[in-house]
Amino acid sequence: MVQTAGVVEHERKAPGGFYKWVTSVDHKVIGKNYMYTALTFMFIAGAMALLIRTQLFNPNGHVVSLQTYNELFTIHGSMMLYLFAGPFAFGGFANFIVPLQIGAPDMAFPRLNNLSYWLFLFGGVTMLFGFFTASGAAAFGWVAYAPLSTAPFSPGPGADLWIVSIAMVGFSGIFTGVNLMTTIFYLRAPGMTMFRMPLFTWSMLVTGILILIAFPVLTAALVMLYADRHFGAHFFSVAGGGVPVMWQNLFWFFGHPEVYILALPFFGIVTELIPVFSKKPIFGYRGMVFANLAIAGLSTGVWAHHMFTTGVVLLPFFSALSLLIAVPTGVKVFTWIATMWGGQIKFNTSMLFAVGFIFAFVMGGITGVMLASPPIDFYTHDTYFVVAHFHQVLIGTTVFAGFAGIYYWYPKLTGRFLHEGLGKWNFWVTFIGFWITFMPQYLLGLRGMPRRIPIYSPTDGFTFLNRMSTVGAYMMGIGMFLFLLNFIISWRRPRPAGDNPWDGYTLEWATSSPPPPHNFHSLPPIRSARPLWDLNHPDHADSVPMVTGGDESAE
Amino acid sequence: MRNESRVYLGIGSFFIVTLLVYFFTSHESTGSVLLLASAGLGLLPGLYLGWWSRRMQQRPEDTGEGEPRDITGVIGQFPENTIFPFTLGIGVWFVGLAFVFGLWFAIIGMAFVFGAAIGATGESKRASFSERENVG
Amino acid sequence: MVRSMKKRSLELSWAHKARRLLGSVAGIGAAGLVLSACNIPSFGAFKGNTVQGNSTYHLWQGFFVASIFVGGITFILLALAIIRFRRKGESIIPKQVHGNTKLEVFYTVVPVVIVAILFFFTVRVENKVDTVARNPNLRVDVTAFQWGWKFYYPKYGVTTITKGVDLYPTLELPVGETATFRLVSLDVVHGFYMPEFDFSRYALPGVTNYFDFTPQHTANFLGRCSQFCGLYHADMLFYVHVVAPSQFQSWIHAHQGS
Repeated sequence: MVQTAGVVEHERKAPGGFYKWVTSVDHKVIGKNYMYTALTFMFIAGAMALLIRTQLFNPNGHVVSLQTYNELFTIHGSMMLYLFAGPFAFGGFANFIVPLQIGAPDMAFPRLNNLSYWLFLFGGVTMLFGFFTASGAAAFGWVAYAPLSTAPFSPGPGADLWIVSIAMVGFSGIFTGVNLMTTIFYLRAPGMTMFRMPLFTWSMLVTGILILIAFPVLTAALVMLYADRHFGAHFFSVAGGGVPVMWQNLFWFFGHPEVYILALPFFGIVTELIPVFSKKPIFGYRGMVFANLAIAGLSTGVWAHHMFTTGVVLLPFFSALSLLIAVPTGVKVFTWIATMWGGQIKFNTSMLFAVGFIFAFVMGGITGVMLASPPIDFYTHDTYFVVAHFHQVLIGTTVFAGFAGIYYWYPKLTGRFLHEGLGKWNFWVTFIGFWITFMPQYLLGLRGMPRRIPIYSPTDGFTFLNRMSTVGAYMMGIGMFLFLLNFIISWRRPRPAGDNPWDGYTLEWATSSPPPPHNFHSLPPIRSARPLWDLNHPDHADSVPMVTGGDESAE
Repeated sequence: MRNESRVYLGIGSFFIVTLLVYFFTSHESTGSVLLLASAGLGLLPGLYLGWWSRRMQQRPEDTGEGEPRDITGVIGQFPENTIFPFTLGIGVWFVGLAFVFGLWFAIIGMAFVFGAAIGATGESKRASFSERENVG
Repeated sequence: MVRSMKKRSLELSWAHKARRLLGSVAGIGAAGLVLSACNIPSFGAFKGNTVQGNSTYHLWQGFFVASIFVGGITFILLALAIIRFRRKGESIIPKQVHGNTKLEVFYTVVPVVIVAILFFFTVRVENKVDTVARNPNLRVDVTAFQWGWKFYYPKYGVTTITKGVDLYPTLELPVGETATFRLVSLDVVHGFYMPEFDFSRYALPGVTNYFDFTPQHTANFLGRCSQFCGLYHADMLFYVHVVAPSQFQSWIHAHQGS
């Protein structure tokens, strides 16, 4: 069929049902597919986390065997990072929201979009196949350090399934990154210059760039690992003249940008909804754009801060850049606070999750600054201190900011509201459970508990803190269940939402909920970063050039 | 198009600077190669787009004054429903599984891949009914 | 005219107040680092024991104090914002402030300064921790393997090694003497982790790592493997005994026979 801005033609009878779903190239359908699938993977990985925490409730626990435990934390980490956080952000949210925000009828490469989803689904499922093999799933940690991940130390198909899975999901991500960047560069509505784009779209552009920088390196590393395992190569074995540490360099050159690939979209989500629920524009739009670019740039230069304890990396270079990355991130946090300052803040569930995200992320970020100092890292590396740090930042972004986004955009995606009261329970139970889970882990790390251990001794002094952590984890599980309940209730007893229930500023709110095929019947004029605000509140409109210099108010 | 070109060139230049600092302080080869490749990732599209932006007229979305009517018309052609990405996905998946379970998987997978390639190409031809010279 | 000027001065005084507050914070933060000799709490960390570890411990305290200030200010500002500016009743449209260049520059530059100070102290401690003495009193060769440790004292020809589950080797060290360690792995990457020394280092196959310890107090603790290395990673434990030099010599003699 021919895509025209405004006119639609059909030559053949439109397919229905399952076939229509499988074959649809509509970014909204594909985006929702990604979200459902990613959330399903999240719940599976979350169940694994609960098993892990149950095992650690008692010293010398025997809920699972040593081997199963190692598989559990490997697949938990791999699923959360590769199969939930990333695809949820750029396959789910970005796919659905970015074309709407820039006034485009669809993504630039709709069929590639569809393919990306299948690669994600099939690749994700492949990782889980490992559990059904005789030697079990991959069990070397989500980072798969060589030589542990090479054939002599990890024989069996579980590891190979893991490699194939991540290669496929990696390609899915690369294709989505290409799609996003092309869409953002080429399909913006008239009047939407680069500096009038919503900040979520900016985040996705920068994320797309990072994806293109990072994922091919991972794919190359996986190919080398597979070659070592099966083709007799010696990239990572000392006996053959290889260098095991090279795996770490390659992996972390991908791995560090990866965590910013995961974080930036969620920063973008929060940057969208905080202004809307404060009834103010974002404070310092250009500052946020440059902060995004600075974070992305710096994130590519800090990879070896994961390798400080190897003794073979240039400590001052990586330490300096890692400390510096706190600056643009801090700029973002202060911007969010400044946006709220002087506003009229509405504390619905979405905003609660957004504020919760800021609290969690600031603390996680501060412990990150500590880890950026090599001597402190020598002490805390590979202990529960690091586990607590990254869970704070990752859960802060992917779960809290992610759920803030879900509660914000759910009306647009489905045309119905999620229940506010249940949403608040969802938030508080998860939020409180989160702190109870991870604060003890900082102390555990400082007192000497290493990562990735299935058992500890009763004389270690770790028992009480582990038990507290497990209780918190179960609370978080209950919180997540409350979300599921909310979701189900919103289907059984729908409460319709209109086009723009939150008085939002950006173009996605200028069309129906859910949007029609090809998104817009008509577009408002775009003369600022808040086209809908200008339309709905002409007395307080922004339609002045976006230049920062001194204090501008639109009055 | 200029701003897009600048984004890429910014990336490329950033990596050149980082590479120079990194290489001359550490002499470590893996990181240096990766930084060099990343510089290329930015400079190549950046230079290309920069060259193009000088030759082309401003698009409606580059000026601040664009109106929706400026972009009416055909901006892309693709089938609204197509099975071939799914077919290709199955094919790629099976080829991937061949790395784990054996070469025979790859044969089935490649069959799907070729089927998808042929089907998608045929589909593109069929889809452009708005231009009569493309029909058939 | 007067109304808008008053608004401007209110804005500026708010920025001024924040600036003064943060300025004093930076000052106090720096002082905190310097005053680390005084009774600042350990914030959960081990005190380090060795000369090198002690440095790390003080750096940790300094970072923690700085974090309390920076985190504290941020959380206070956030809490103030969400309490003061809650929507009450009828929703009015507040002043649409797009930005304030002075403030934005301020909250960009101050973190850079703070980070630079942290980096300065980091490099100093890092150099201290990583320095290897040219003529140490003692040398210890540590070899990691799946799933145990071997400690070899080349000067005395003494070896202790993991013999099985619950049969962990002992790393005996004399107080006050500098020991240079050579660390290597026979198979995969392991982590040589000494919690009470505030230190760990990877044991890599094919690459030898060197580092020094100069213990300052007697001690008795468990060392562990920190880098995941396979099935019995949790069981790669060893005993660390820091003892008086005379006791160390007796221990050596006792082990030289076997």
